[in-house]
Amino acid sequence: MMAKVRCAWFDFACCEGCQVELTNLGEQLVDVLGYVDPVEFREVMKETTNGPIDIAFVEGSFTREADRRRLERIRARAKIVVAYGSCATSGGINALKNHMADYADAVYGDDKDRPHLASQKALPISAAIKVDYEIRGCPIDRDEFLRVVTQLVHGTEKVYIPSYPVCVECKRRGTVCRFDEGGYCLGPIARAGCGAPCPADGIPCEACRGMVDDPNEAAMEKVLINNGKLPERRAHNLSRMFTANFRGDA
Amino acid sequence: MGKNVKVNVHHLTRVEGHGNIVVNVTDGTIEQCEWQVPEAPRFFEAMVRGRHYSEVARITSRICGICAVGHTLASLKATENALGIEISEQTDLLRRVLKHAENYDSHILHVYFLVAPDLLDAPSVFPLVPTHPDVVKRALRMKRLGHEWGACIGGRTTHPTRAVVGGFASLPGAARTVREAEANLRELKDKLLGIVPDAVETYKLLVELAPKIPAFDRPTEYVGLVDDKEYGLYDGRICCLMPDGTREIVNVADYRTVTNEYVSDLSTAKFTKHNMESYMAGAMARMNINYDRLHPEAMKLAEGLGFKPICTNPYMNSVAQFIEAVHSVYMAVEYIDRLLAKGLKDEKPVEPTKFGRGQGSTEVPRGILFHEYDYDAEGFCTMGNCVIPTNQNHGNINQDFQKIVPELLEADKTEKEMELALEMLVRAYDPCISCSTHYLNVTFKK
Repeated sequence: MMAKVRCAWFDFACCEGCQVELTNLGEQLVDVLGYVDPVEFREVMKETTNGPIDIAFVEGSFTREADRRRLERIRARAKIVVAYGSCATSGGINALKNHMADYADAVYGDDKDRPHLASQKALPISAAIKVDYEIRGCPIDRDEFLRVVTQLVHGTEKVYIPSYPVCVECKRRGTVCRFDEGGYCLGPIARAGCGAPCPADGIPCEACRGMVDDPNEAAMEKVLINNGKLPERRAHNLSRMFTANFRGDA
Repeated sequence: MGKNVKVNVHHLTRVEGHGNIVVNVTDGTIEQCEWQVPEAPRFFEAMVRGRHYSEVARITSRICGICAVGHTLASLKATENALGIEISEQTDLLRRVLKHAENYDSHILHVYFLVAPDLLDAPSVFPLVPTHPDVVKRALRMKRLGHEWGACIGGRTTHPTRAVVGGFASLPGAARTVREAEANLRELKDKLLGIVPDAVETYKLLVELAPKIPAFDRPTEYVGLVDDKEYGLYDGRICCLMPDGTREIVNVADYRTVTNEYVSDLSTAKFTKHNMESYMAGAMARMNINYDRLHPEAMKLAEGLGFKPICTNPYMNSVAQFIEAVHSVYMAVEYIDRLLAKGLKDEKPVEPTKFGRGQGSTEVPRGILFHEYDYDAEGFCTMGNCVIPTNQNHGNINQDFQKIVPELLEADKTEKEMELALEMLVRAYDPCISCSTHYLNVTFKK
């Protein structure tokens, strides 16, 4: 019997929904625990470790300089660092404030300069430390998480993340195009891998996994205006929602 | 010897995350006794500005990975209020089924994964896998149901897809026909009734563990929704219940007169206060307010577990959560029966009739939640305000600390015992999954 892989989970600025997605695996989790030894996972464990870690799973964005040291310590102890969830891989929804100058003012008013409220632009974990693998999505797809863990546990080098757009996955599952339904969508420039659940549920893809390589953002904007009937400012700002840091103007 | 105990609590700088307990006692004098919240601020209220009304709920859903359904629903209700939208009866019923799914899902997660290890003398659920395999498997099975239940209605439980302004973007189970959707609801109902034996086993376990729940009482103000239709959860008006049983009812539009937010140096989250120094929100507050409207099956369990309103022991919140989880199972079954009796319709979401300011409230597992937005004439958000139950409970946790620490000192508890008692107290509030769990850094230094 092979030794169990020592795994630890850490979180930064995020909603922790990606951790919750793991609990939604149900009894399958018991099988995973046959291969994985959780040595630290603050959400569910009191136990912690100062020892080496085989795989560190990091959730959440890097939003405070104060968090850099904590991230560096994780990196120093971990053989493999996996950033999981949009917040960790792109800054995710947290980066929606990055283009605003007055976000602290809007939330905390006259209290905004109190030192414990300090915050910087929301960035992916890779802005602070080297990240070996990424599992994208808001939330992550838990089956994809299992696939990546399986590959890492069994020593596979390459963890495949699709580079094609979400449109491919809509076609594959037979979902009628949002534009044909009188709607709009970021599918043409959005990175796939999720299986396109949102258009199938009747809502647009908002590119929570970021964009494909070399996305044609200008053309996307035109399509949103001409075919999606969105006002210009909405078309222009649409991809800020989950993928602000990947925009050409970031 | 309690008064001679000298304890210094050192708050480590390597604080991992979001909640810290700091208690500093010298020569029997409490110099510091605080619940601190250093969670990284995320600025959602700023981020919704400039976004179209159809996107706002999908943004605010991301405030919380566990209360994502509640944040979605409170947001939709506030937006619909601002946009003059009246939802259909079918939407109302489906949303109630979805709301109960979240309530059950989160409570099961909390009771089994975060509270039970304390009561079973384990540091976490993982050491219980070999020692209590049946308990762990049952917990995972029950948790999985919560997800499937919510996903059937909302598409997902973590950031639901299908619940949109004015209604639902697709039918339960993403069915392509009404008939298929009704079959999905029938299947869901069977699954819900199928969990009853697991709920009964959970009840037996809790009855067994109940003596380990610490005895502590501190009457406070309890705030939660009261609803004309049911036990306050999805909808209603704000009820402020005082320890003497007097009630004040406030319209959701006037929520700011209840929450009175202020910024504390202890926290990146704002604190709230109303009639007293602090108030409590959450399952126990709801049960204190709505006890008579519990489903009869849930009320039987409440009686068996010794829950009597007005309950003033915050540790009982975990018990209240389990009772609510069972209540939610039976209520969802009732709503599904009503939906099936009426027959589902393939309804398009209702369109806006105006643009302006609106408020919305719903109960999330940790307590009452408020969202409020302003929209301009083109439907873009110009202001957002979200008052989250975790924030509303921070002040109450601090007040509990001021009472319990002297009591623990008086009872001559050891540092380890005090640490556990305080951790369990914070955890009982389930303040947010990360805040409530096992990483609260409590260090005592002589």
